[in-house]
Amino acid sequence: MTEAAMDVDGGDAPQRQKASAVDANDAKKNQMWVEKYRPSKLSDVAAHKDIIDTIGRLTSQDRLPYLLLYGPPGTGKTSTILAVAKELYGPQFSQMTLELNASDDRGIDVVRNEISAFASTMRFGSNAGFKLIILDECDSMTKDAQFALRRIIEKYTKHTRFCLIGNYVSKVIPALQSRCTRFRFSPLGPNAVKDRVQFVVRQENLQITDDAIDAVTRLGAGDMRRTLNILQSSFLSKEGDGPIDANSVYATTGQPRPEDIEAIAGVLLNSNFKEAVAKVAAIKQERGLALADIVRLLVEYVFRLHMPQLARANLVSDMADVEYRLAYVTHERLQLMALVGAFANAREAIVAAAK
Amino acid sequence: MTSTSQPWVEKYRPRNINDVAHQEEVVRTLEKALETANMPHMLFYGPPGTGKTTCALAICRQLYGPELIKSRVLELNASDERGISVVRNKIKGFASTAVGQGAPGYPSPPYKILILDEADSMTNDAQSALRRTMETYSKVTRFFILCNYISRIIEPIASRCAKFRFKPLGHEVMGDRLKFIATAEGLTLGEGCYEACSTHSGGDMRKAITLLQSAARLFGTATITGKEITAVAGAVDEDQVAQVVALCKTNQVDGANRIIESILKDGFPGLQIITQFAERVVDDEGVSDAVKGKICARIAEADKALVDGADESLQLMAIVSTACVAMKA
Amino acid sequence: MLWVDKYRPHTLDQMTTVNTDIAQHLKRLVQDGDCPHLLFYGVGGAGKKTLALAVLREIFGAAVEKVKVEGKTWKLEQGERKIEVELTTMSSNYHVEMNPSDVGTKDRYVVQEVIKDMAKSRPIDAAGQQGYKVLLLNEVDRLSKEAQHGLRRTMEKYSSACRLILICTSVSKVLDAVRSRCLPVRVAAPSVETVEKLVMDVAQKEKLVMPPELAARLALHSERNMRRCLLSMEACRVQQYPFKADQPVQLCDWEAYVTQIANEILQEQTPKRLLQVRGRFYELIVNCIPPELIIKRLVRELNRKLDVELKHETARHAAYFEHRMNEGSKAIIHMEAFVANFMAVYKKYLISSFG
Repeated sequence: MTEAAMDVDGGDAPQRQKASAVDANDAKKNQMWVEKYRPSKLSDVAAHKDIIDTIGRLTSQDRLPYLLLYGPPGTGKTSTILAVAKELYGPQFSQMTLELNASDDRGIDVVRNEISAFASTMRFGSNAGFKLIILDECDSMTKDAQFALRRIIEKYTKHTRFCLIGNYVSKVIPALQSRCTRFRFSPLGPNAVKDRVQFVVRQENLQITDDAIDAVTRLGAGDMRRTLNILQSSFLSKEGDGPIDANSVYATTGQPRPEDIEAIAGVLLNSNFKEAVAKVAAIKQERGLALADIVRLLVEYVFRLHMPQLARANLVSDMADVEYRLAYVTHERLQLMALVGAFANAREAIVAAAK
Repeated sequence: MTSTSQPWVEKYRPRNINDVAHQEEVVRTLEKALETANMPHMLFYGPPGTGKTTCALAICRQLYGPELIKSRVLELNASDERGISVVRNKIKGFASTAVGQGAPGYPSPPYKILILDEADSMTNDAQSALRRTMETYSKVTRFFILCNYISRIIEPIASRCAKFRFKPLGHEVMGDRLKFIATAEGLTLGEGCYEACSTHSGGDMRKAITLLQSAARLFGTATITGKEITAVAGAVDEDQVAQVVALCKTNQVDGANRIIESILKDGFPGLQIITQFAERVVDDEGVSDAVKGKICARIAEADKALVDGADESLQLMAIVSTACVAMKA
Repeated sequence: MLWVDKYRPHTLDQMTTVNTDIAQHLKRLVQDGDCPHLLFYGVGGAGKKTLALAVLREIFGAAVEKVKVEGKTWKLEQGERKIEVELTTMSSNYHVEMNPSDVGTKDRYVVQEVIKDMAKSRPIDAAGQQGYKVLLLNEVDRLSKEAQHGLRRTMEKYSSACRLILICTSVSKVLDAVRSRCLPVRVAAPSVETVEKLVMDVAQKEKLVMPPELAARLALHSERNMRRCLLSMEACRVQQYPFKADQPVQLCDWEAYVTQIANEILQEQTPKRLLQVRGRFYELIVNCIPPELIIKRLVRELNRKLDVELKHETARHAAYFEHRMNEGSKAIIHMEAFVANFMAVYKKYLISSFG
């Protein structure tokens, strides 16, 4: 899932064109926790200690190269570079940094004009001898735009440093890659995420059960932005006065709860074909679940079951086929029958092995 | 459109939220939200034909009245537009025109409403672009996002919306509504009509009403029975399907294929045939689970093949052969 | 004039042999008042176009038959691009008939523009009210998804000015959204007996003596396709009159050719033979026979001579390769693959049965 860098609200936003019509009061009340709790110091950035250390060292030695930060969304790429910028420039941070969405449909020419306008005003009296330009979503730029970008970088190399951010390094042309030092941001480990979640919980004074925190962490899947969004979403849609519990987290995201998956797996492994189809369809309709989500989570469950290797291999292979077909606007009822069939075969193999 | 050919789905669409069948929790919460007239963005999700568009339009009508609604409300179907830029431009165009005066007698809050239908078929990139637009124009435009599965909406959008789940409609609820419409149109629901509507619509009220209307128009009788509904729904005669299954059980592949060919020549779509075949096989007590599994696996493959545009009769022949081989063993 | 065209019924009342019920329903529908959008679907040669034209006649009277054929060009601006689209239409004062999928990928522009044009020039009907025109679209199932979405929207917007009559073979390729806005009319192919009756009727009108055995065979060979039946009937007439009861009914050239291919495959299963078959396939493709038809017919001819077990194998391979052929770009590869697979299976079977 590729997501744009969120607008950074608040007073210390870097120079950025925003046609925002959100007034100040609304902004504060409805402020996204992703922005509110975005780390402001390098030391605050969760995980990636080694990358932080390296960049920190390069910064303090005034040897910052061009950077290419890549990895899945919500892993700290933009936060890291913004923190670097703050460290470099201190209070003049917003004048010395330009953040641009490189794949904006305004086109490479507009990007070029903005960079040229920004880079041509040199600020004296600042510690660093260069300005910082952050180019977000560089991997969704067209190849032509990337070639043009390379020339722009070359042109302004004397007084600027570029930092490219993207999800897929393979989508960045080699010409750009070779000019940058690459840093890969891997998905965040659950402990790092949990720590941050608990921090936010304390700051916002949330009433929340431990199960719910686990659920939020699990559903976030190593993407901090997603995790905090789920947390905030659950908070906003909570009804009544009780704490946020795991149920409301799952209800908010529409994902199957672990109990649902267990129930479905139980039906699939124990009921006969006709019943299985009817029961799973009923659970699905009752809880409003998508078959693709069910299949995805069932696979994890299947790996925890006790069954002969070959049976498991066949089962997972069949489930993968179902998941593949579901991506193509096929009909859920027919694919559900195929899923039941896959489990029916597995059941037979398990029974045969037991003999 | 004149009243005779106006779709009944439109003609009998509830105008007020209170009239929307069977979604009590949603309605309660919406009415509270309407009191303040400062609404958040909304996310309506649930199976098709359960009242999402109806509620969205009813809210708009209650806020703006019938005149103002034309300029303040834009309904967009997300799956129509190709490309993020088209979505962006259309929404920008709509949101950027100034909000005019309110209509007397209606709350007319100082914002517009954009109803975005079938939002879950938008790609993640398109949704990201939508999110940015939502941020930019949220003061002057509220977004109503309608979708089937909430898990297909990206978090940043979902987290900015108040979520309302629309439950699937039960049989009694559908029956009541159909009776109401039938009476208003001077029709009687005859034998098996109501069951047929329920079966062929799959809990989708819009489909059920359209079936009723199509049957009434095509056959012109004052009493609609299950037979007419089944004819209009394009369902194959169950006896024929049963025959095919029976022939497969005794490996009479030629006979089975002949019937399939005849059904195809009658104009029935391949998907309809494989669905009825699958249901029949699954229902059959005399067929073992393993066999059902093999047949359903092949049918699921055929489902995708048909979506890809493969030839219907060859896929059906393959299903027949799979069934013959599986049921023989 | 060919018999196919000469004996095509022009009005709903004239349909006394074929599609009588549907014709009566449609007649009543038109008489009751405002006609909805219609969607005729069914296999070729079942009478869809005939019904559609008869409905037009019923609504507007004989004037609808004064048809003008013209090639229209539309110049459209989409953003910064200028698109030029050319299409042949047949129109009268009351309707426009066209085949939008002929334009290929630009079909959606055509559909939208034509309907908008029609909305601008609405006729005055008998009651002095502003009436509507009808747009008759052929081969709607070949329209791209975008065109169909555009169609759906335009149907709603301009429905008071323009009614649509859509014709297609495979209704599953028409979007649900479009289908639900039309009254669907399934046009089943006539039964063999009905076709036989049709043959006798035409024979009578042409003042020919038709032996019943020949009529029966003509009906059988037509495979419930009226167009095909009348064409082969006329071909028989040209070949030999007075008719003989045992007169051969000519197959189309290509069908006979495919039968020959089938025989060759069954005769010898070697790489040499496969190469020959490839040459024959090229021959057919060059003559614009659609590859799906070739495979279908080939399977049928092969099946005539196979044991039940082999039929299952053949069906499996045929479905597989046809599906892939559909997705791929070079049909001949898949056709050859099918034949190669078949030859391997057949040869193995021969060896195991006969040593």
